[in-house]
Amino acid sequence: MKKTTYREALRAAHREALLTDPRVFIMGEDVGRYGGSYAVTMGLLAEFGEARVRDTPLSELGFVGAGVGAALGGMRPIVEIMTVNFSLLALDPIVNTAATLGHMSGGQFSVPLVVRMATGAGRQLAAQHSHSLENWYAHVPGIRVLAPATVADARGMLGPALADPDTVVIFEHAQLYNLEEDLPDDWHCDITHAAVRRAGTQLSLITYGGSLPKTMQAAEVLASEGIDVEVIDLRVLRPLDTATIAASVRKTHRAVVVDEGWKSGSLAAEVMARIMEECFYDLDAPVARVCSEEVPMPYAKHLEEAALPQVPKIVAAVKGVLNV
Amino acid sequence: MSEFRLPSLGADMDEGTLLQWLVQPGDTVHKGQVVAVVDTAKAAIDIEIWQDGTVQALQVQPGEKVPVGTVLATLLAPGEAAGAAPPIQAAQVAPVPPEMARAQAAASGAAGEAAPIPAQGPPPPPPPPPTSAAGPAPLPTLQAAVSGLRLRVSPAARRQAEALGLELQGVAGSGPGGAITLADVALAAASASASASPVRPAASAAAPVAGPTAGTPATDRQAEIRRAIASAMSRSKREIPHYYLLETIPMARAQQWLAEANAGRPITTRLLMAALQLKAVALALRRYPELNGFFIDGQFQPAPAAHIGVAISLRQGGLIAPALHNVDQLPLDALMPALADLVQRTRAGSLRRTEMVDASITVTNLGDQGVEAVLGVIHPPQVALVGFGRIAPRPWVDAAGGLCVMPTVTASLAADHRVSDGHRGGLFLAELHEQLQHPEEL
Repeated sequence: MKKTTYREALRAAHREALLTDPRVFIMGEDVGRYGGSYAVTMGLLAEFGEARVRDTPLSELGFVGAGVGAALGGMRPIVEIMTVNFSLLALDPIVNTAATLGHMSGGQFSVPLVVRMATGAGRQLAAQHSHSLENWYAHVPGIRVLAPATVADARGMLGPALADPDTVVIFEHAQLYNLEEDLPDDWHCDITHAAVRRAGTQLSLITYGGSLPKTMQAAEVLASEGIDVEVIDLRVLRPLDTATIAASVRKTHRAVVVDEGWKSGSLAAEVMARIMEECFYDLDAPVARVCSEEVPMPYAKHLEEAALPQVPKIVAAVKGVLNV
Repeated sequence: MSEFRLPSLGADMDEGTLLQWLVQPGDTVHKGQVVAVVDTAKAAIDIEIWQDGTVQALQVQPGEKVPVGTVLATLLAPGEAAGAAPPIQAAQVAPVPPEMARAQAAASGAAGEAAPIPAQGPPPPPPPPPTSAAGPAPLPTLQAAVSGLRLRVSPAARRQAEALGLELQGVAGSGPGGAITLADVALAAASASASASPVRPAASAAAPVAGPTAGTPATDRQAEIRRAIASAMSRSKREIPHYYLLETIPMARAQQWLAEANAGRPITTRLLMAALQLKAVALALRRYPELNGFFIDGQFQPAPAAHIGVAISLRQGGLIAPALHNVDQLPLDALMPALADLVQRTRAGSLRRTEMVDASITVTNLGDQGVEAVLGVIHPPQVALVGFGRIAPRPWVDAAGGLCVMPTVTASLAADHRVSDGHRGGLFLAELHEQLQHPEEL
């Protein structure tokens, strides 16, 4: 157990992948010489060379497509996209190709590609670099979508993602890179289950990614007021681990979903729908959610903060459901 | 393919235990045929089927306790090929029935109670018409009338309340928007077990672990009957503004006529005064239909015929008031054996569905026990109850103003003031009085 940042944990995971599997290589904008937009790949170019840590032109469509091709050709590419906003340029290779070829070829081809991208707001990068579009990908069958929200998951998820025969999209919330936590000695994890980050009895807070720290803080605030909530970290956004969600809600009878996405058509909406499908008769109050305001992310700091889920909003939502 | 669902056999029935199938897959069934025996809180009831067809699959096995509305069997219509649609597993419909059960319970019973509408799934099949030429049973119209305010109750609280057999009407809600939550149900259940009033019966999960399999069946049955009575009577006194009227009726003519009528009869076909009284009530009701029917969702629904619930005490304690159908149309010679049969089957615990649900007024006769008069508690959603006390010789002033000794009976009417008023109730008792003076016309 030692203090590690989320960024360091990701870097260690990449380094391990490069060391243990010669088919693995990294490519993306500024991943090499610059060390990655968020410094995840810092130092890896020097250690592994240009063949395995490749800077690409500013063309998401091109280099993600190249990643699909490399994966089809037997490689295990890790493609980094600077932010989910830019990944929209690469929706075609991901949604139309990577997610479909296994099915369309009757299982003859698989696309063992890993696409990593930053997501989320909070750094005053305004409306073209700050959105939380995880649900766009979580909508698509044929790929797996992950959202590591802890240092341990940052360390542990890349390995199983590379081992997955199908494309895996990993969302790293930009606010998490500096997160420092104890990295447990055994950080190995699966990429199928949600995790109970805090056990509680009165309400289930369900969240993922960058909202997890805020949600944990809200749970602390609530605990200080005598309200005992459970926190579920979805971890895997597709396929959703409905069983873990349902087990928690059946226990607590109440739920609030915290999702940095806009609420219309959000993952929060999907989670709420599944709770309704699975746990309707267990519910003791309508399920609530805390999402981003439905505006393009503002640049001004106070407006950006106002637009995002925050600890006081989560606390208020919980109290609303509990009617306290 | 159609579905044969567990019908509600009374306002207070939410579930039943299938005791026996009388048909097998592949059997041809006809409308009105008894196909299964179901144990309710009150008795083992023969369940009829209400359409022709062929049994495709039995979805519930004997011994299973299922909510009202659960698919018991699937049926193929005459001429329909098998395999038209996959049989529905009982488990798949399980989430639906509690709502349905409540809706049905509300339909057949819940006067003034928020009447939930089935939130999902197909509506329950229309309840069957009565067996005999009684015209349509009250249930179908009542069911259509289900509407009105819905209590704000969380789904979990609603389910828990049903499991506990707890009435939620009047429970204070502490949840968002004043909704009743699990905590409120727990609180209400605690106070209910202290005061023992609002416990609803046939949600017999009140003793969830002590189903028919646990304990001795007799004890369970008795406890369930007790709970059913407690619930119905509590609800009656909570919801129904009773008014009471008494009328002393001379019975000399009726007694004399009865003695003469029975003189030439073997013991087995002799008439009892109870039969005369029932018939007199039924005939009097023709002119006072507001005493014969149901109060559902704030509205009175008159009954199409005089289906009189006859209060029958059970040997082991408790009572049931099953319906004697079309009493107004039965000659005494048919009424008497029907009454004897009903009493015998009630005590044997084998009543029919329609007998459990059709009663539109109740008549109770406690004269045999020697009481002077009885002021009854109306069985909701009925709106009236007629009681007879003991027939005994009493001082009487005859038409000429002279004092004489006259056998008399005190007849009482307990009626729902939401539906009728004392004036009409009084006229009804006068009509009953008059009917009993002409026993030959009964």
